[in-house]
Amino acid sequence: MRVIVDFDLCESNAICMQIAPDVFEVRDDDFLYVLEENPGEDRRAVVEQAVQRCPKQAISLED
Amino acid sequence: MVRSAVTIVGASLAGYWAAETLRRDGFEGRISLIGDEPHAPYDRPPLSKKYLAGDLDDDRLALTTAEKLADLQLDLRLGCSATGLDVAGRTLEVGGAAEPFDGLVIATGTRCRTLPGTAGLAGVHTLRTRDDAAAIRDALADGARRLMVVGAGFIGAEVASTAIGRGVEVTMVEALEAPFGRVLGVEMGAVMADVHRHHGVDLRTGVGVEEVLGDGCVAGVRLSDGATLDVDLLIVGIGVVPNTEWLEGSGLTLDNGVVCDGTCLAAPGVVAAGDVARWPNPRYGELMRVEHWDNAVQQGVHAARRLLQSDEEATPFAPVPWFWSDQYDRKVQLAGRPHPDDEVRVVAGSTAEHRFAAFYGRDGRFTAALGMNRPRQVMQSKGLLEAGSSWDEALAFAAEWD
Repeated sequence: MRVIVDFDLCESNAICMQIAPDVFEVRDDDFLYVLEENPGEDRRAVVEQAVQRCPKQAISLED
Repeated sequence: MVRSAVTIVGASLAGYWAAETLRRDGFEGRISLIGDEPHAPYDRPPLSKKYLAGDLDDDRLALTTAEKLADLQLDLRLGCSATGLDVAGRTLEVGGAAEPFDGLVIATGTRCRTLPGTAGLAGVHTLRTRDDAAAIRDALADGARRLMVVGAGFIGAEVASTAIGRGVEVTMVEALEAPFGRVLGVEMGAVMADVHRHHGVDLRTGVGVEEVLGDGCVAGVRLSDGATLDVDLLIVGIGVVPNTEWLEGSGLTLDNGVVCDGTCLAAPGVVAAGDVARWPNPRYGELMRVEHWDNAVQQGVHAARRLLQSDEEATPFAPVPWFWSDQYDRKVQLAGRPHPDDEVRVVAGSTAEHRFAAFYGRDGRFTAALGMNRPRQVMQSKGLLEAGSSWDEALAFAAEWD
């Protein structure tokens, strides 16, 4: 599973960071950084929740 | 709980996510999604921002692609209203005809309050739907020059910010002394007021609208302090009312929304989600109705699952609410449930610079975090709120920030 962020859409609401802090981080420069582009299968449910709850729908998953 | 079919009334955020969740979880029965608007499910937050500015087209507003929507294999009925419900008889009235239901999700949302005496007057708008937003966008494109926003709430503030960006003169009037005071309290309301004035909004507080002037089309507004202003576009943002009239006599409890139990169940086989649902959030020990985007997503998911669970399997819906609002180049985020009288402390940055995080607390409890261009800190604070951190624990955590 690969995490893809559309940075044209991302507005750094940081909800993804709160849901999956091992995968997403919004730093003090207010930009989102993807810490783990290929999270393990055990993280799928959590990352899917980040996809769902991103207010900009900027995150997608590729198998 | 084995069900053969689920009917979802309301095809916006909560209704869409209820349908998506049922399929994702493997439900193979029929799912009917009934929406009164003609459009496929779309996202509302951009309506007062990018869509209003003309920077986002209809396709990009959709909650999902046509292909993914088709994959859900829904009985999608758009431009179609449910007009009645009989819980005991297990029937729903749609377009005047009764039809049986098995499981039911109520997600009919809210509608805007209107200003008395403005019915039929051109140039007076509320903003809830895509069509509302398109009408305001077109009025701006047609050369509206003097816009008034009635009610300093978040939607009105976003419209003001978008209009200022297009070079329109904007006046915002608020009946209370502090804009946003009901949500943010006086001190942080004043910071919000400063942001708007800094960008050129003529913000007038403690005044109401006495009379809307114009013959066929709005021409001006007379305020309660006697001032009369020329206005060619009037945006009314004075709150919403839940769409529950169609449920009168249904057997459900209606009281400022559809009253549910802590698991979002309103009656056997009937759940409610999103802006229309009022439920006892065990985290706060009170009935609440939340009008935020994230709540609609989460409650849509929770309610859909509840419908397929037994009473023993059901879990309470206990979120810490949060929302965001984009105004000018500022992102405002609030997590938690502040009371206007709570103690407020700025814990990072500076309000003068319009970049800060502030905590709300009372009686040793940490109740909410507000941020302006501080998403990292707000979301970390949301985690603290979910963990039930005390005021002192939250302050100690924030002491590490700056």
